[in-house]
Amino acid sequence: MSESTFGNYGGQYVPEALMPAVQELEDAYERYVLGNEDGFMDEFRERMREFGGRPTPLQRADRLSERYGREIYLKREDLVHGGAHKLNNALGQVLLAKYMGKERIIAETGAGQHGTATAMAAAHLEMPCEIYMGRTDVNRQRPNVYRMRMNGAAVNPVDAGRGTLKEAINETMRDWATTVETTHYVIGSVVGPHPFPTLVRDFQAVIGEEAREQVQAQAGRLPDSVVACAGGGSNTMGAFHAFVDDVESAEPCSADDSSGQGPREHVALYAVEAGGSSLEIDEEAGLAPNSATLSTGTDGVLHGAMTKLLQSNEGQIMESHSVSAGLDYAGVGPELSHLVESGRVTPVSVDDDAALNAFHRLSRLEGIIPALESSHALGFLEERHEELGDLVVVNVSGRGDKDLETVLEETEKRDLEAAPDVEVFDQ
Amino acid sequence: MTRESEIERAIRKNHPALITYLTAGDPSLEDTKAYVEALDRGGADLIELGLPFSEPIAEGPTIQAAINRALEAGTTPEGVFELVEDLDVEAPLLVMTYYNMILQYGTGADPDPFVERAAEAGLAGLIIPDLPAEESGPLRAACDTHGLDLVFIVAPTTDGERLETIMSQASGFVYVQARLGTTGARADVSTATHDSLERLAEYDEVPKAVGFGVSEGDHAAEIVQAGADGVIVGSALIDLIAEGDEPAAALEAKARELKRGADRGTTMPEPEQP
Repeated sequence: MSESTFGNYGGQYVPEALMPAVQELEDAYERYVLGNEDGFMDEFRERMREFGGRPTPLQRADRLSERYGREIYLKREDLVHGGAHKLNNALGQVLLAKYMGKERIIAETGAGQHGTATAMAAAHLEMPCEIYMGRTDVNRQRPNVYRMRMNGAAVNPVDAGRGTLKEAINETMRDWATTVETTHYVIGSVVGPHPFPTLVRDFQAVIGEEAREQVQAQAGRLPDSVVACAGGGSNTMGAFHAFVDDVESAEPCSADDSSGQGPREHVALYAVEAGGSSLEIDEEAGLAPNSATLSTGTDGVLHGAMTKLLQSNEGQIMESHSVSAGLDYAGVGPELSHLVESGRVTPVSVDDDAALNAFHRLSRLEGIIPALESSHALGFLEERHEELGDLVVVNVSGRGDKDLETVLEETEKRDLEAAPDVEVFDQ
Repeated sequence: MTRESEIERAIRKNHPALITYLTAGDPSLEDTKAYVEALDRGGADLIELGLPFSEPIAEGPTIQAAINRALEAGTTPEGVFELVEDLDVEAPLLVMTYYNMILQYGTGADPDPFVERAAEAGLAGLIIPDLPAEESGPLRAACDTHGLDLVFIVAPTTDGERLETIMSQASGFVYVQARLGTTGARADVSTATHDSLERLAEYDEVPKAVGFGVSEGDHAAEIVQAGADGVIVGSALIDLIAEGDEPAAALEAKARELKRGADRGTTMPEPEQP
């Protein structure tokens, strides 16, 4: 049986009705993903190449390299079909559901990227699909709502709470508890009950595997740092997984090490969270004006796993905030919680303004419009590049077309040094 | 388990038992006190109090709304414990909540302080819908230490080895989930209820009570006739509170109707096989 926890985190905290389903999924994960039964992984990789557009480039960012005085490489997950890394997981899970004989797909979405990817994968593989999305997110991510509908998915707005990702997950779990015998829930990040965090990580690990090979081929060595944004943490774990064991050591890994690799280089891993407008918590209002779970959260159980959470002293889950809908979540993947707890991953955060500035900066300097999620990783690069060594890989987890309305609206409210004159857009 | 279970004793003594659920603090803890006492007068044999959690994934719209009202009213775990201490009722009381609420009481990520306080307040047991048997070790140990029952749920999807695992850990009673999905009043009794009770027929060490969708005396009769030792009613009672037309009197009357229905189930003839 696969391990269900990462240190103190993870597990399977779900209603009894769902337990047989998570156990069935665990069995399918072991057979098809780990065991490549019926050639599952071969088919998955082929579809990711032909339908998904993998491998994505690792691009040397010339202007950023010049600006920061070090080598900056961008892993271009914005070039995956659909515009984000989310397809790696969605296609993997929809295909797995098909192998398992499931008849229907459901998913939740925050920014809409996971919903879009799931709708695309479901259309590609001829599966009926319903997506739950918080009302706030429906309003701020309209292009993705249209895309989901165009791919044949039904989009169900969720009115509870603040109408963001947390509420969408609750509602999808309720649907799943009703239809579990025929339906697979394509969870959108490395969260939820085991085996989801492991399964999603394995589908996303291709990001770091490719980046590791590419950086060695292009720069001749491993990077000093890998930087990725973290909401739930799927692009983070995807970017980090292949580097987790790259921890500095003077000696080969073991006495009988025959790999010939010799001492390992150290690759620092930075998970950049949404600092929102402040890292302070308004306990009385039950509101965290940020989504910096790894940096400021405490241990608890939400959506099927023990992990770090933004919660009140009494255990009520806080409403989180980020200018980026995709990071706006009060929980985080249990494996990331463990890697932070053990000191392997460094959690950091940048605020809404820094992310918006980074959005405009990358668009201007490199001709790449990044997702607001990825803009957090780029904002961290701006603020802390001097600490990151000579060779840095930043994961550009998705493209920012979906965020244009939000960016224009939020930019108008602020005085951002990197922003163009947004008034011209109204002419 | 050698300890005599207060919950099991109440169910066996009052067989077939009526188990009622209310969300504590909906719309206020003072109101909940009056409502619980009304249910007790109406014949409830066991009373569940929902300790509100912000992410109630196992609940349907009715209880979800009740939880929101309770949270808006500022309901806290300590407030619910004080309510329990303040109640003057015959029926043993249980708390139904989510695991995070248990873990956060005290210094965090440890179930023991909550259970200790629950026992001190006079609660007889706990029901935690997001805590399957596999993850229940630490909470079960705390419950054993402080003399509380930990009630497990059996779903329509539970069978084989899982059923065995759950039944070997169950205490107080087994909560038989009548249908897939979430809580909420329904117009009929699901066929899944009959199937589940059949699968459970060989386990007679612990009483079996059926919940999820039960709203009328006739449902109670049918469920008891199908072999249940009790029926659990929640959303139908919360509807009476939300309607706001003398809720205490309405709850007492509803409890009587349900209890009479359950009793009727013991004297009804066996249904003809379809």
